[in-house]
Amino acid sequence: MPRIEDPNGSGLLRRRLHLDGWLLAALLALIGVGLIILYSASGGHISVVYRQITRLVLGVGVMFLVAQIASYHLRRLTPWLYFAGLALLMLVLIKGEVGMGAQRWLSLGVVRFQPSELMKLAVPMAVAWLFSERPLPPRGRDLFIAILVVVVPAILIAKEPDLGTALLVAMAGSFVIFLAGIRYRYLFGFFVSILAALPVLWHFMHGYQRNRVLTFINPERDPLGTGYHIMQSMIAVGSGGIYGKGWLNGTQAQLDFLPERSTDFIFSVFGEEFGLLGAIFLLGLYAFVILRGLIIAVNAQDSYSRLLAGSISLTFSVYVLVNIGMVIGLLPVVGVPLPLISYGGTSMVTLMAAFGMLMSIQTHRRLVAH
Amino acid sequence: MSKRQQSKDFHGRRRTVLGLLGLGGAALLVRDIDLQVVDASFLRGQGNARHLRVVPIAAHRGMILDRNHKPLAISSPVDSVWLDPQANATEAQLRALAEHLGIGVAAFLQRVRTAKAQGLEFLWVRRLIPPSLGKSSQALAVPGVALMREYKRFYPLGEVGSHVLGFTDIDDQGQDGLELEFNDWMRGRPGAKRVVQNLYGQIVEDVDLIRPARPGRNLITSIDERIQYLAYRSLKAMAVRSRAHAASIVVMDPRNGTIVAMADQPVFNPNTRADYKTSLYKNRAVTDAYEPGSTMKPFTLAAALMSGKYTPRSKINTGPGWYMLDGHEIKDDVALGTIDLTQVLEFSSNVAASKIAITLPPKLMWSVFNAVGFGQLTHSGFPGESSGVLHPWTQWKQINQATMAYGYGIAVTALQLAQAYCALAHGGVQYPATFVQPDRHPHGRQALPRQVADTLRYMLRSVVTPQGTGYAARVPGYTVAGKTGTAHRLTNRGYADNEYTAVFAGMVPASNPRLVAVVVIEAPQGEYFGGQVAAPVFSEVMSGAMRLLDVPPDDVPVVSAGPFSSGGSGA
Repeated sequence: MPRIEDPNGSGLLRRRLHLDGWLLAALLALIGVGLIILYSASGGHISVVYRQITRLVLGVGVMFLVAQIASYHLRRLTPWLYFAGLALLMLVLIKGEVGMGAQRWLSLGVVRFQPSELMKLAVPMAVAWLFSERPLPPRGRDLFIAILVVVVPAILIAKEPDLGTALLVAMAGSFVIFLAGIRYRYLFGFFVSILAALPVLWHFMHGYQRNRVLTFINPERDPLGTGYHIMQSMIAVGSGGIYGKGWLNGTQAQLDFLPERSTDFIFSVFGEEFGLLGAIFLLGLYAFVILRGLIIAVNAQDSYSRLLAGSISLTFSVYVLVNIGMVIGLLPVVGVPLPLISYGGTSMVTLMAAFGMLMSIQTHRRLVAH
Repeated sequence: MSKRQQSKDFHGRRRTVLGLLGLGGAALLVRDIDLQVVDASFLRGQGNARHLRVVPIAAHRGMILDRNHKPLAISSPVDSVWLDPQANATEAQLRALAEHLGIGVAAFLQRVRTAKAQGLEFLWVRRLIPPSLGKSSQALAVPGVALMREYKRFYPLGEVGSHVLGFTDIDDQGQDGLELEFNDWMRGRPGAKRVVQNLYGQIVEDVDLIRPARPGRNLITSIDERIQYLAYRSLKAMAVRSRAHAASIVVMDPRNGTIVAMADQPVFNPNTRADYKTSLYKNRAVTDAYEPGSTMKPFTLAAALMSGKYTPRSKINTGPGWYMLDGHEIKDDVALGTIDLTQVLEFSSNVAASKIAITLPPKLMWSVFNAVGFGQLTHSGFPGESSGVLHPWTQWKQINQATMAYGYGIAVTALQLAQAYCALAHGGVQYPATFVQPDRHPHGRQALPRQVADTLRYMLRSVVTPQGTGYAARVPGYTVAGKTGTAHRLTNRGYADNEYTAVFAGMVPASNPRLVAVVVIEAPQGEYFGGQVAAPVFSEVMSGAMRLLDVPPDDVPVVSAGPFSSGGSGA
């Protein structure tokens, strides 16, 4: 029974503010849970929570602004954004600020800016833009160009060095290629070549990166050194049991045994204090956000929007899977924060901008038939 | 590329994406359940192992107090800082810690590096520091740094009381002296509690008390801090002046056997012990026995009086001042002619004493010596105490009996001698020597007949007169009874010709003795008679002690006749 209706729905939220109600509700729930657990993870420092709230307000503001930009405008901006990002990445390598042993930041007077964050969005946008003009699935020359679009910034970022972000950027672009319908035999070939490249990759890895991999394979190898994070984290999560130790009562977290507990390892605090039930609830919230993103992708009206929305959703899901997988000892330790919950600045804003794009894609649909 | 194929492809993608996401989610869930349900109890145990600790509650060691409850030894709480070298503190942090604690930075960094390389997990940073410094150094939050509560023993008197009090080791356990003797009494029983501690070893909260700590009990000694100081000071001055090898003084209260002061030379400072040789630790007054010389004569005369053959007025002919017995020469310093028993003491005649002795049954003489405590450990219980030497009378030959009469062939400690003089001072009743202030009056023992003891006490007053050998022991305002002694020191090559043990043993006031003291100066250089080097120490200490104890003078000279002269308390 086909019914003619406004694809943007009827609510004020959608039509006037261009916000997706389901997505917004789930995001706000995650943010709320995040603030509650951050208060505990920070050792009861409300000032930390206030600073996080400031960032969240900024992030939500960015999300709101981005949501107002219709996806065809986004598409037009894409090449500019991409090349600007590329230029900034080179600038960083030439005269960036050094911090934490890597050269990642550009100083813009008052704020410091990480161009690699911009590329997390610009790369998938660029690949989607590339494919939106071509027939799908891509092949031959198009595919080669797309791979270049992905690989060049990834290499620049890896040289900072920031292998984690480089991989995430490459992944976000690859998802677009994957969603565009690359043949499975290419995909298969790609995985085989990655496997073949592993020894080479190993050769180029830094000592600390190799240690992380070795530690992942056997955490007891160096329980006081590189294995310390993951051991403490697993103990924290596991000792939470089914019901958890209760908010502010996690001993691993509150007694400083758990490192990086406000940032990358915040899920251990959550697991310790809220237990299995809490973890399932949190995973459910994330699953809801991811599925909503995929639905938006499916509902998208053009391939640029669809590819972009799909890539954003998949990238988000990878963040969640990698962070939680790392915290509970399924994956090696990589510096991926738990989205929307970990304490931290730039990546939060990037993420909210991405959600703004999802909302824009969902709410700027035009009343046209396929 | 048909539209249909593209659409089919997208459907395939959709399934792949959802399938992979589902797989990822399922993996997380399974792993989470694995941790939080299957391994939960194990991991909870691991967590507890990290933050729950059973820590000892240090128990405070009891104080040593003098008879007026002035502290002689105090344990004060201090902190010791230690470091786990494996905890990867940065060099800047270690530097800050070293500077805060005032230890050499370069040497400390080197020590940490070495310990780390050796795989050590425990390294003292600095021990026994004030708790405030310990607390502020923990505030630096250097990884692996923790505090340990310890107690450090302080001796307010320093070297003044060092030999009597002894000392404790770094764990505050008694090692010598009263610290060792009464270790079980003063030692606290450490308790235990379970605590929650954070990564830095800081105790966050106490969870439960497993066993409360029982603090140690205070030991109230019989030492009088003021008289102890006098004894120490005078003895040291004399030891320095006479360049003596060693010296001891014992001051006792004959009315209950308590030891009021005891000091030795050479000394050590128990507060900074590390620099000293162990030979300095000996409490010679208790651990060293020596031949007492003429200070034995009163006990020879006690046996004489008890035998019924002699009275204080019995005459003894000392002849030319020497005579031969079994091929040994016994002689006096000067020929004294015919003297009575009091003069035997007054002029200290070896000839007379030995002549009396050989007329006495050995068993009687032995039993008198034995009764006053020679040859037996006193009841002081002091660690390392010597019992001295008193051979059984059945083994005595005549010559032994003769020389023992004036203090050769018998060995006593200063404490034994003081205890024996207490019997003379207190009407023959002797109380066991003790360092502990008694709660109630102790049971005395009639070591000598009262008559004999009182007679000898009266006779001994003649020694401390201008004619006697011990005039230097006089105490202005008080009557003094006592005896000098000078003995050749026994060395590896027999009796040394020019090495002496100088002794003075006496009591004040002689009319009703409040204190008995024995002073022993070993191997003085220059003047060597007991009356010359030991007696002045006795005089100084007792003069001060009488004043401190507010003892009424019993020997105020009547200067002139007048309205007040009869009111003065004469002798």
